Amino acid sequence: MHAVRTDRMSAEVTRTPSASALWLRIISMTSAAMLMASCSEGVLDPHGPVGKAERVILYDSTAIMLAVVIPVIVLTLVFAWWFRAGNKRARYQPDWEYSGRIEMIIWSIPALVILFLGGIAWTGSHDLDPPAPLEDSTAPLEIEVISLDWRWLFIYPQEGIASLNRLVVPAGVPLRFRLTSATVMNSFFVPQLGSQIYTMPNMVTRLNLEADQPGTYEGLSAQFSGDGFSDMRFDLVSTEAEAFKGWVNTTKTQGGVLDARTFEELSKPAKADGAQTYARVSEGLFDKISAGHMAAVSPQRGQ
Amino acid sequence: MGRLTWAAIPFDQPVVMIASGTVGFVIFCVLALVTVKGWWPYLWREWITSVDHKRIGVMYIILALLMLVRGFSDAMMMRSQLALAAGHAQGYLPPEHYDQIFSAHGTIMIFFVAMPFVIGLMNFVLPLQLGVRDVAFPVLNSVGFWLSAAGVLLVNVSLVVGEFARTGWLAYPPLSEVAYSPGVGVDYYLWSLQISGLGTLISGINLTTTILKLRAPGMGYREMPIFCWTALASNLLIVAAFPILTATFAMLLLDRYCGFHFFTNDLGGNPMMYVNLIWCWGHPEVYILILPAFGVFSEVVATFSGKPLFGRRSMVMATMGICVLSFLVWLHHFFTRGAGADVNAFFGIMTMLISVPTGVKIFNWLFTLYGGRIRFTVPIYWALGFIVTFVIGGMTGVLMAIPPADFVLHNSLFLIAHFHNVVIGGVVFGVMAGISYWFPKAFGFTLNERLGKAVFWCWFFGFYLAFMPLYVLGLMGATRRMQHYSNTHWQPLMLVALAGAVLILLGIVLTGVQLAVSIRQRERNRDVTGDPWNGRTLEWSTPSPPPEWNFSHLPQVGRADAFWAMKQQRGTAQDRNVKRTYQTIHVPRNNPTGFFLAFFAVLLGFSLIWRIWWGAGLGLLGAIVVCLMQAWRTDGEIEVPAEKVAAFERLHGLKERAV
Repeated sequence: MHAVRTDRMSAEVTRTPSASALWLRIISMTSAAMLMASCSEGVLDPHGPVGKAERVILYDSTAIMLAVVIPVIVLTLVFAWWFRAGNKRARYQPDWEYSGRIEMIIWSIPALVILFLGGIAWTGSHDLDPPAPLEDSTAPLEIEVISLDWRWLFIYPQEGIASLNRLVVPAGVPLRFRLTSATVMNSFFVPQLGSQIYTMPNMVTRLNLEADQPGTYEGLSAQFSGDGFSDMRFDLVSTEAEAFKGWVNTTKTQGGVLDARTFEELSKPAKADGAQTYARVSEGLFDKISAGHMAAVSPQRGQ
Repeated sequence: MGRLTWAAIPFDQPVVMIASGTVGFVIFCVLALVTVKGWWPYLWREWITSVDHKRIGVMYIILALLMLVRGFSDAMMMRSQLALAAGHAQGYLPPEHYDQIFSAHGTIMIFFVAMPFVIGLMNFVLPLQLGVRDVAFPVLNSVGFWLSAAGVLLVNVSLVVGEFARTGWLAYPPLSEVAYSPGVGVDYYLWSLQISGLGTLISGINLTTTILKLRAPGMGYREMPIFCWTALASNLLIVAAFPILTATFAMLLLDRYCGFHFFTNDLGGNPMMYVNLIWCWGHPEVYILILPAFGVFSEVVATFSGKPLFGRRSMVMATMGICVLSFLVWLHHFFTRGAGADVNAFFGIMTMLISVPTGVKIFNWLFTLYGGRIRFTVPIYWALGFIVTFVIGGMTGVLMAIPPADFVLHNSLFLIAHFHNVVIGGVVFGVMAGISYWFPKAFGFTLNERLGKAVFWCWFFGFYLAFMPLYVLGLMGATRRMQHYSNTHWQPLMLVALAGAVLILLGIVLTGVQLAVSIRQRERNRDVTGDPWNGRTLEWSTPSPPPEWNFSHLPQVGRADAFWAMKQQRGTAQDRNVKRTYQTIHVPRNNPTGFFLAFFAVLLGFSLIWRIWWGAGLGLLGAIVVCLMQAWRTDGEIEVPAEKVAAFERLHGLKERAV
């Protein structure tokens, strides 16, 4: 296999006259491979309406800007090459320093681009504002998120259950999150669903997402929060509506109570390992945590 | 001794001990060499106590180069750790060590590499370009430098004694509060930045005053070189922004030392207040760094195209526009806090607005090239590399200024790639261009061109290889500051990034080789005219290196590109031989205030970090006494007699004729 590839490479070199063409080929192939890799996961492979809308914005605004950036790069290289000192054909204009017409154009081009992009920013900020509910006829599922050192706790207030480090949701149902932190700042992020949002102590943020299809999507903290940060990951498991109901019922039979006492245990620094569920959650736990009324908030971290 | 015990020195960590042992050995060898050779009096007289802006500028740049090596070794450790730590692997750096490395990398690169680089360039160039004999406050200038050096020393001491912050380079609370970071790491961070921040502020005040109040006769704002304009904008930003940083850190220090609750989780503290304040400093800070780089490119492109800068007025307006707008965009660093659509959209659009003047600048450079007769020297390589690279970084920056795009890119490796794209492609390229452009002015000989170009290509390709994969990884969902990752698909890209870092390392090594080779070949590359590049501004009208008094006669300025105009009028490269009468010149006397203040500042900072209260008292007292002694000094100037000036000019006139 290896030998074959070397053969083909050397054939390439003998066929093409210049080594730079080969380099160009290698660079373009690598870039293409990199682009393809990025399209198969992460934010360019969204599985929900929010992520899809954000991908459209990424593509559109990049395209608008490339329309200016590529000509600028090309012109830079062309001007520099053509006006090189050795080129007798280039006209040297040692005193040319002003042209009202060109000035007009060079202020207009970036201004026009920004007019376009500013429009995208304004409408995008409003349409995709994290607290804004998604337009969907289905009733949303409420989820309360608490970031811990260094784990994620998800409370389902309507169902009265909770889950640690694993977020199970029904596909095609809007998810309405309320988020806070029982420790330092973190950021709740599931790249394939779209928008992230900070979780902050004594504050509540809101976020609306939706998963289109069943599947498992990786979630993480995108704001550095200390030594256990790299493992602060969770799986978002999107299932059919029926399967979700089944999961809720199973969880309710499996036992485990989330109350002030168990929460205090949870809020001690620990690495994220393994998921866990709770059949019952004490009333108003999230509000107490987000209001800073839990004794366990701000535990002293060791040296 | 407060909290300081032998346990503070990490004898059990071989990596740290070997690294610091090596550094310590090198420092010992250098000191021993200086002592044996008897260079101390020379160093003390000509450098340490010098208040000459040229010497201080050179010392700033030497400091920055040394710290570049330190900051870059952190970068190499991070890249190699991430190249290894995929899947179940944990790499060779545990989180408690890795977290210090990325915090130190960011802190050092911004505060102790980029800042001294640009301040050093401004210090060296400004008075020469303005056609004056020194900065407004020469002693303060030396104080500013030595306080920055004090900050550098404290940061490096943290490597051996104790630890550095594990919080990231901006030390967001509540993570940086005592409850979550009880060690001395954050204290090292805070005190070293408080001390060096004071130095930066002093330097900013000094340079702003210099530009506003000291210019050659006839030089109004319209005639002022463009680098001076960008330096003015940059220093105005320093004066306006650095007090915010100092106040913010002071509040965090009160939280940590006195149990206050500005930014804690309890008793009404609000960490987001810190985040707002730090970015009210932090965003102007990036323009403090990039504006002087823009100035360098403007000078370099105009000089080597053999043309005046295209659209000078536009350039000035764009510069000052950026200066003002930079204070109105800080919130784009945390769109993901959920501030609401109107707030996010406002700050998003303000951020994009900055790209209008920036875009205009790019076009101005483009049309300066147009119609030129471009000489492809090392500085123009950096300038062209900058334009090509910076527009890409600008594009990804504007992309992230769109709030919904930022919601998926925030804190990802895409962001890391973006700001390295503008900081390396902008600030580093600018500083490298500036160094190779003004080196002959500082030392009287040009740098080796071949090696200079090799350095450029290493940085250029190294940058693309190291950071393009990071853009892709960010889109794939990789976040910043992770010490390991489970997704093995990311590993090939991480390896490419490591290869890029190695290429940049080669560039840094070659810079050292370039310096060594150029010094050996200095007689061959001697600049006897003072104007090796056929320059346009006043710094080229004086010999290289310029005398202590810069100009024997203060130049008369009638228009922008003053030296170019002189050359055209007189048909000769020099005007200084025209007038043959010389007068006595007053120059400031050497002054050790800065050095002594820095000594006591280090004592004060180190004692506060380790809670050694008697040491802190001693440091503070010493600093006050030094200030009082400076205040009651009797004699601050020495006279350079007219005969000495005349002799200097005769010598240079002779040398020039000999060519």
